Amino acid sequence: MQTSRWIEIVVGLFVLAGIGAFFVLAMKVSDLSQFGNSGGYTVTADFNDIGGLKVRAPVTVAGVRVGRVTSISFDSNTYEAVVHMTIEHKYDKFPTDTSARIFTAGLLGEQYISLQPGGAEHYLKNGDRIKLTQSALVLEQLIGQFLFNKAATPGKP
Amino acid sequence: MLNMVQQLGRFGLGFLERLGRAFLFLLQTVAGLPNLLPRPGLVIAQVYSTGVLSLLIIVVSGLFVGMVLGLQGYNTLVKFNAEESLGVVVALSLVRELGPVISALLFAGRAGSALTAEIGLMKATEQLSGMEMMAVDPVKRIIAPRFIGGVISLPLLAAIFSMVGVFGGYFVGVTLLGVDSGAFWSQMQAKVSFHEDIVNGVIKSVVFAIVVTWIAVFEGYDAVPTSEGVSRATTRTVVYASLAVLALDFLLTALMFREG
Repeated sequence: MQTSRWIEIVVGLFVLAGIGAFFVLAMKVSDLSQFGNSGGYTVTADFNDIGGLKVRAPVTVAGVRVGRVTSISFDSNTYEAVVHMTIEHKYDKFPTDTSARIFTAGLLGEQYISLQPGGAEHYLKNGDRIKLTQSALVLEQLIGQFLFNKAATPGKP
Repeated sequence: MLNMVQQLGRFGLGFLERLGRAFLFLLQTVAGLPNLLPRPGLVIAQVYSTGVLSLLIIVVSGLFVGMVLGLQGYNTLVKFNAEESLGVVVALSLVRELGPVISALLFAGRAGSALTAEIGLMKATEQLSGMEMMAVDPVKRIIAPRFIGGVISLPLLAAIFSMVGVFGGYFVGVTLLGVDSGAFWSQMQAKVSFHEDIVNGVIKSVVFAIVVTWIAVFEGYDAVPTSEGVSRATTRTVVYASLAVLALDFLLTALMFREG
């Protein structure tokens, strides 16, 4: 009887340890602590060129992360990329003329969306579209433009 | 020539027959699970012998695997000046792959082989037949608690493995090699997704738990009741369970983690 009781206690501790480990993984390792199921509202933005933007890329304002990209699709009527992003509910005061730009973190880092708040009186709501967008900088395009300009300007060799 | 073809056919038929028997056996075991509800003590004893007693090997292996990941990841990442991503590397590899897979392999070797040997020996010493004589169904009394005990234990062990591994990686990366502690955790939290990474890791470990324990109890129950037969069955448990875990891992990874 004594040993059986002891075994039951040890098994209870083991199960607790396993569940505790799972919680540590959930809260400390994954994104659940900072960006949980609280959800948010979705806005869309059309870009001419999204470069290497991926689903789940961060959406930031002034460098602070406020949401993430939830899906990317292509509009075959306008030939533009449609980016859906979810912004957390607590950040719900972005004016309707907010602009969205795609930046790269570092030289080789991942790409993210940076929002630049405007000055309009009304705020963005669920399902709204951000009209002012600036596409990603594609390195090849820049180099191409640079070479083209270089060749076009006559000057010293 | 024809003999060879015949042998191949016999081999194939034997394999299929065994597979069918194993599947029927699993159904029987699952059907026996409700009988355990009034007697949780049987399951607790099995969780003790398969789970608690495997804790030491799981914790020690998790710690060392995490520490090695920390070292190797650091050596590679420092070449790209990206050692802040060490936390991401360690956590993702542990949660997605190494946690479920290595704990399942260790579990097959530590607990699966013991299950097979125990049940095989019960069969060899005719304890199982004795039970049947007393109108006690050995599948319900012996197999079902062992099966569910293993299925409960392995996911818990895998979670413990991953957690200990992350702290092992933290110890090597932050304490020994001087990666910034804040960057270690914040990068990890930014890149590891609960729904996609942690939940999928848990699903993996549950699948592995079912498969490994199923193979272990079936091999024991199906063993030739001699000492040689039991030893062969034990070997087969470890080999088949390891192969099944590795193959299933590939399959599950291909299904779960598609970059889209």
